[in-house]
Amino acid sequence: MCLFQSIMNYFPEEVLEHVFDFLTSHRDRNAVSLVCKSWYSVERCSREKVFIGNCYAVNPERLIARFPRVRSLTLKGKPHFADFNLVPHDWGGYVYPWIEAMAKNGINLEELRLKRMVVSDESLELLAKSFPNFKSLVLVSCEGFTTDGLAAIASNCRYLRELDLQENEVDDRKGQWLSCFPDSCTSLVSLNFTCLKGEVNVAALERLVARCRNLKSLRLNHAVPLDVLQKILAQAPQLTDLGTGSFISDPDSETCAKLKNIMKKSKSIRTLSGFLDVNPRCLPAVYPVCTNLTSLNLSYAPGIYSTELTKLICHCEKLERLWILDTIGDKGLGVVASTCKELQELRVFPSDFYGVGNAAVTEEGLVAISAGCPKLNSILYFCQQMTNAALITVAKNCPNFIRFRLCTLDATVPDAVTNLPLDEGFGAIVQSCKGLKRLSISGLLTDQVFLYIGMYAEQLEMLSIAFAGDSDKGMLYVLNGCKKLKKLEIRDCPFGNAALLADVGKYETMRSLWMSSCEVTFGACKTLAEKMPRLNVEVFNEGEQIDGSPDGRHRVEKMYLYRTLVGPRSDAPDFVWTL
Amino acid sequence: MSMDTGNDLQGLEYSGSLKTELTLALPGGGGAETPTSGSKRGFSETVDLNLGTRSDDEASVVTQTHPPKAQVVGWPPVRSYRRSMMKSCKFVKVAVDGAPYLRKLDLETYSSYQELLSAFEDMFTCLTICDVMNEKKIMDSANGTEYVPTYEDKDGDWMLVGDVPWKMFVESCKRLRLMKSSEAMGLAPKTSSSKGSSIN
Repeated sequence: MCLFQSIMNYFPEEVLEHVFDFLTSHRDRNAVSLVCKSWYSVERCSREKVFIGNCYAVNPERLIARFPRVRSLTLKGKPHFADFNLVPHDWGGYVYPWIEAMAKNGINLEELRLKRMVVSDESLELLAKSFPNFKSLVLVSCEGFTTDGLAAIASNCRYLRELDLQENEVDDRKGQWLSCFPDSCTSLVSLNFTCLKGEVNVAALERLVARCRNLKSLRLNHAVPLDVLQKILAQAPQLTDLGTGSFISDPDSETCAKLKNIMKKSKSIRTLSGFLDVNPRCLPAVYPVCTNLTSLNLSYAPGIYSTELTKLICHCEKLERLWILDTIGDKGLGVVASTCKELQELRVFPSDFYGVGNAAVTEEGLVAISAGCPKLNSILYFCQQMTNAALITVAKNCPNFIRFRLCTLDATVPDAVTNLPLDEGFGAIVQSCKGLKRLSISGLLTDQVFLYIGMYAEQLEMLSIAFAGDSDKGMLYVLNGCKKLKKLEIRDCPFGNAALLADVGKYETMRSLWMSSCEVTFGACKTLAEKMPRLNVEVFNEGEQIDGSPDGRHRVEKMYLYRTLVGPRSDAPDFVWTL
Repeated sequence: MSMDTGNDLQGLEYSGSLKTELTLALPGGGGAETPTSGSKRGFSETVDLNLGTRSDDEASVVTQTHPPKAQVVGWPPVRSYRRSMMKSCKFVKVAVDGAPYLRKLDLETYSSYQELLSAFEDMFTCLTICDVMNEKKIMDSANGTEYVPTYEDKDGDWMLVGDVPWKMFVESCKRLRLMKSSEAMGLAPKTSSSKGSSIN
């Protein structure tokens, strides 16, 4: 060790820095900074990309102090279950303080990637005006801004390369944000405004596309009609990623014919999405690009029948990623299985939330995919029913799963054939898939499934559980067994105080724990908070006793705890109690 | 506690699981009730609790007086963004008297009765919309048969298409039928030109 140290100390810092340049993953950089003080110092001064998985684990000041040269920041805010309306509206996750602090400290910010955060127009304006080299804004599942904020970005960011808005709730002020890109802006590489609900100035859009010769990715919203799409494509044959807007037209019209011709010339398109509002009879226009597609997202197009879906997919032999609706049916998945031999990721979303009785997919479709697609490593599957036998078969066919998320539309449905719990099926999955990092389970499940997860899921980092288990033992199996667990989210399970308090130190090795509608009490949460000062234990108190201290035996409806270096946050709303 | 809400639910059909049992009966399998573990809060018991409402909503429970299917907050776990995108999708069956099979169309892709009529033309290529004395009629150009578009509403009644505003129609229409004029006695539109076309 001494010899090593002196050898390493012989290298000037510039050499170390150069070596560290090759490390792009933040995990590698984190590891490297733990080796010794000098490595920590060199690493921190040279790190340009910082990833913060929980915005409340640190604060802007600490970020800037440690990484003064940060150019790219990724921040995640609300807990994952916020996606499903389980987190109250104004819980937190504001980006403004981060932007403000970086602006004040002269950070040369070029890229900002946010997920589940609250982004105000004010933040966007400050962002646009404070960082002259700002190049890339990616917002995923965020809220709080309007098209006015986008106008500020468009107007002020002279070197903007990327504006990527994915699934955000944006208040569309029907302004002319797109027209705010000055004529001098020619740097755009990626523009995605699919989630915007309002009209855009199509003339401005066409001009923008025409002058941005490096534009590779363009995803339109539903307000952009098919004839405009055709004109745009004619101007941008270099596109590799296309999201169509509205795909409705008279299929016999000249527009459709022109579109098909243009598609034949768009030889670079590898990713295709959109089809919000689609006339299925216009779909053949895209067949020319299907042969080279590696990624296809039809999951927002409920209007396409299974037969048309399969006709399209038959052309897509190079597909690696497919997002689709369950309208495809088991038969359709069979076609996917026999056509898409390169498939790595499949997501099958539900088309019918309210059980009106449209046929969904079953275990048959999943088994077919597992048998036909040897490279499959990531799946999200919403299904009507499942069986242990099917899951066992899938586990045998696909030992390479990294992400496995199964969601039965009825949360506690048993094995469709045997009526038994689905414990054995999921047990087979975790036993076979030794590299599994993310797992979501559903269906009728007892403590047994957690025994299997604790025993076999050695690489598991994220686990989502709902309406499962019989007792505290279930949760304990997981906490004791899954050494690499980072995020655990639980709803409506009979896990209580004994499980919560058995190993309080465990939570400092994890990013966060969410428990809602379980059996933990206020008193236990308090105890936990007292024992672990470096955890924020947040309890949400909606509409119940706001005043005084609640009874310790009172069951807590929602609890979210996370490790943090900076203590209780100052922006928590009234109903959030940090114990 | 959770037991009470279980009792409250007795009157409330959780039609979801029942529906599943009925439609997915496999040979030799199921048919038995969905076993729910007694000790935990069952999925069906949670159904009536409106958990995790946004703070600006009024606290509390299922507000619909007669929910067609009980819903649990946040299940299935689909992003609100996706849910709101998917809301616009209203498929109804379309039958034409004399045709051997039915079609389905998504009423949400049209914004007027005129577009709907054009869709009929698209879908049933033997049909054309003709202007007869200021009224639009659907005709089979091959044999001159006239059709009247009718629909079944939420109450199960068969109505003439075109009387109510478009959005109301989309909301209440469960299925469509192009009925032969000769059979549509009492429902066929008046031919007097004073009434004018009710299908705009």
